Amino acid sequence: MAGPTRGFFGRNRAARDPRLPPGQYDARDDWPVLHAEATPRISSDRWTFTIEGLVEQEVSWTWAEIHALPASRYSGDIHCVTTWSKLGMTFDGVSVDTLLAAARPLPSATHVVAVSHTGYTTNLPLADVTGGRAWVVWDADGQPLTVEHGGPARLLVPHLYFWKSAKWVSGLRLLDHDEPGFWERNGYHDRGDPWAEQRYQGD
Amino acid sequence: MTLTPGDTTHRRTLRWQSARVLAVHDETPRARTLRLGLPEPRRHLAGQHYVLRLTAPDGYTASRSYSIASAPDDTGEIELTIERLDDGEVSQYVHEVVVPGDELEVRGPIGGFFVWPGHTPALLIGGGSGVVPLMSMLRLARRGGRADLVRLLVSARSPEDLYYAGELPGPETTVIYTRRAPAGAARSAGRITAADVAPLLRGEQEAYLCGSTGFADAASAQLVAAGFPVEKIKVERFGPSG
Repeated sequence: MAGPTRGFFGRNRAARDPRLPPGQYDARDDWPVLHAEATPRISSDRWTFTIEGLVEQEVSWTWAEIHALPASRYSGDIHCVTTWSKLGMTFDGVSVDTLLAAARPLPSATHVVAVSHTGYTTNLPLADVTGGRAWVVWDADGQPLTVEHGGPARLLVPHLYFWKSAKWVSGLRLLDHDEPGFWERNGYHDRGDPWAEQRYQGD
Repeated sequence: MTLTPGDTTHRRTLRWQSARVLAVHDETPRARTLRLGLPEPRRHLAGQHYVLRLTAPDGYTASRSYSIASAPDDTGEIELTIERLDDGEVSQYVHEVVVPGDELEVRGPIGGFFVWPGHTPALLIGGGSGVVPLMSMLRLARRGGRADLVRLLVSARSPEDLYYAGELPGPETTVIYTRRAPAGAARSAGRITAADVAPLLRGEQEAYLCGSTGFADAASAQLVAAGFPVEKIKVERFGPSG
């Protein structure tokens, strides 16, 4: 790394929250909206979620069916690769563990590709969506998730940068290898750990 | 599958390098263009961006992404246009401190989705600072003698807020104002409407929309209402990024 930038001292450190990973700032009341496609309108009547690929049993849920599963809540922080974080949020939905238990992954499954109703994809190690660390969510801070933020439902993998938390999620495909998704093919990191600043390939 | 990314960002382009500030130029009172010389030049695509990283003496860093305004070329130099945000740690540094001769750490070019290859019909719609990546596309089209391929619609708050005001005008460009139009303008100030978009539509275009989320969603809604295929709309949204 090069030396310091002339005349730059950083404005925000005195009050820097220890929950902020390196290079992130607190977006406070803002929740920026960033996605590459026109915002889709997906009715919950037509919404489905499917787990397929290397599983014993491919399973699909309708909106009503997924709501009938045991509820699970995430309370904590989210971190976007564009350097904003939001602290102390609450998301409600269902744990991905619950969904995977119904489909029963094969021993050969090592990775997943999350797929959206828009065609967006993002790849994750299977271990990053199991063990109580990933959800399919439909409420944020007690309100239904708006379409700009991925409503009716999005994936939530809050320990990774937020592009992994696919908006308008339609399913998970289990694979025996890593398969870069939309942003990952465009130079973004395959894992995306904010505490290691894994923003781009090679970080 | 409506999203078709290209494999255009390579590991090599993601190494940090120390760029020299060659020139500083204000486009508007709140928008400043930096011309940077790159020790390791890397040819970019129109629409790509660079990351700018500032480092404090104690190692604290702040990074933000900025679109490239200049056309792809072989000069080894790029231009980034940076809007000053009220709470922007990086943009305020750029506006208050940077002078020619400074060294700034950058990496890029990055991005393979919101890029125009230079030889296909394109409808470019930008709001505010969202014009910056579209300017790279317009400059590429004009320099290659293919301005006929592009239609550019720019939305600015007022004439004083229009980026590249001296360079934009041409038969392929249209400027609309949302808050205050120049005296004598045929179109009164107001947000983008179907009537603004309709004259720009031709077959076989891809649309590149860039601006705030509100602007991008309004523009894409107008396009979809006009029958434009939604899968041919590419959007780059500018959140508050400091």
